[in-house]
Amino acid sequence: MPIDIEKVAQLAHLDLAEEELKTFGPQIAGIVSYVEQLNEIDTTNVEPAIGGLTPEGETTGTVRDDEIRGSLGQKTALAEAPDAASGHFRVPKVL
Amino acid sequence: MSRQTVEFSVTAAEKLNETLNAFLQIDREGALQRATEIEAGPLAGVPIAIKDNICVKGMQASCGSKILGDYHPPYNATVIERLIKAGAVVIGKTNCDEFAMGSSNENSAFGPVRNPWDTTRVSGGSSGGSATAVAAGIVPVALGSDTGGSVRQPASLCGVIGLKPTYGRISRYGLVAFASSLDQIGVFAREVEDVARVLGVIAGRDNHDATSADVPVPDYTASLTGDLKGARLGFPRTLFGKGLDEEVKQSVESVVDVYRDLGAEIVDIELPNAGYAIAVYYIIATAEASSNLARFDGVRYGFRAEEAHELRQMYSKTREEGFGPEVKRRIMLGTYVLSAGYYDAYYRKAQQVRTLIKNNFLEAFKRCDAIITPTSPTPAFAIGEKVDDPLAMYLNDIYTVTANLAGIPGISVPCGLSSERLPIGFQLLGPYWSEPQLLKLAHAYEQARPFLERPPISAS
Repeated sequence: MPIDIEKVAQLAHLDLAEEELKTFGPQIAGIVSYVEQLNEIDTTNVEPAIGGLTPEGETTGTVRDDEIRGSLGQKTALAEAPDAASGHFRVPKVL
Repeated sequence: MSRQTVEFSVTAAEKLNETLNAFLQIDREGALQRATEIEAGPLAGVPIAIKDNICVKGMQASCGSKILGDYHPPYNATVIERLIKAGAVVIGKTNCDEFAMGSSNENSAFGPVRNPWDTTRVSGGSSGGSATAVAAGIVPVALGSDTGGSVRQPASLCGVIGLKPTYGRISRYGLVAFASSLDQIGVFAREVEDVARVLGVIAGRDNHDATSADVPVPDYTASLTGDLKGARLGFPRTLFGKGLDEEVKQSVESVVDVYRDLGAEIVDIELPNAGYAIAVYYIIATAEASSNLARFDGVRYGFRAEEAHELRQMYSKTREEGFGPEVKRRIMLGTYVLSAGYYDAYYRKAQQVRTLIKNNFLEAFKRCDAIITPTSPTPAFAIGEKVDDPLAMYLNDIYTVTANLAGIPGISVPCGLSSERLPIGFQLLGPYWSEPQLLKLAHAYEQARPFLERPPISAS
């Protein structure tokens, strides 16, 4: 099935230039057809390796006490913002 | 003493950077200041270079990307906290492929790193700056990150040692995420003992990373005994075939002979699904990347595109202008394989084949303690040679991606120079938590066949 490259760009929030659409289209189609070689393999009843953890990693406890801790604070959290205003992140209009 | 060592590194970094482009930031003042303040520790006064996708408070973390070009994280990664406590001094941040996506460092927004053995060639990637900094003698050790071979492959191309530990061995807190189920911080050094020392400092459970495992951290230097009696080394003959450079093949096969002479038993093994690893990797890695990189939207930090009058437009213009071509290509691919109706066909299928690859290794490790392969199919290639063919570039990772998919540790060790005087490396892969065994094997080889050559571009 042909890939609707413009739709994918939209989903990915990428405002791709015409030229990029032209080069990415065939490149991505090429990579997709390469990865489709996986269809040669019978994976009936094979569990997916979601998470990628080792057995020890899977049994490591990840629950911690629910304690109040310090946070970055407003000044530090906003220090790297491209457009901070009055203690907030300012963005262009939403609607 | 430590001030002199640090000053040597900083000066060498500054002097060689014009030629090598290995550093994106060199912190002379800060490093010299810290060198006078350090206390005793296992790494007291050791200068270290850090890949620019690992957060060091007070320094930049661009990830080789325009979108984070001026970003200065307000906290230290856990590995940095541990290094500082052990007395190490961070001298600078190293160049890398944008968001660690690449095998040549040509995807850095700040220009490619140049290989100190031949500056017309790539350093390998994505941690090319760290590999180069160690190879050129600027620092004795450096950190990188390895998602599909990004520590081991540049280590091989630059003639240094590069270790990717078991998934969960080192906390990823403060490492900018690329593909979270594959990413692992790794160590570069010129000597195995230094790798062992640094690993001992940075390994171990961290409450800030739920995937860091609660497994005791041994004294890695204690395993460097040189005693290989009873060691069984797996030899996957079918991986020494098509696509492998003849000189690399011969070089790695001669390493097998060295191990035999050292007392190891060589066992033939099979990894029947290893040939599918690249396909699996480029589904899983891009899917996870498309999700992880969604956070770069021009709101909280980093670059924001001008002239956007509406929020969604601001997102897509910021990302279009902020990301380079390879990152966009991978975000697109990852978005596609995760999009409605395709999840089962691609992502789930890839995760199933990942299980099969993992099982191949578990099966093989019943018969051997480690597996030997080349690290990279060829020595360093020319800058520009593969940039127009993403798939050809991806195939560089054929020997390294399997370790990330299976979560097992791998180490690349230099084993000689090609006829063009370019380094060749071999790789050892081991079972989960077998870092002591891998380091022991690497060290035994290093003692038997020391790699004493130095690149033409080198700190004196």
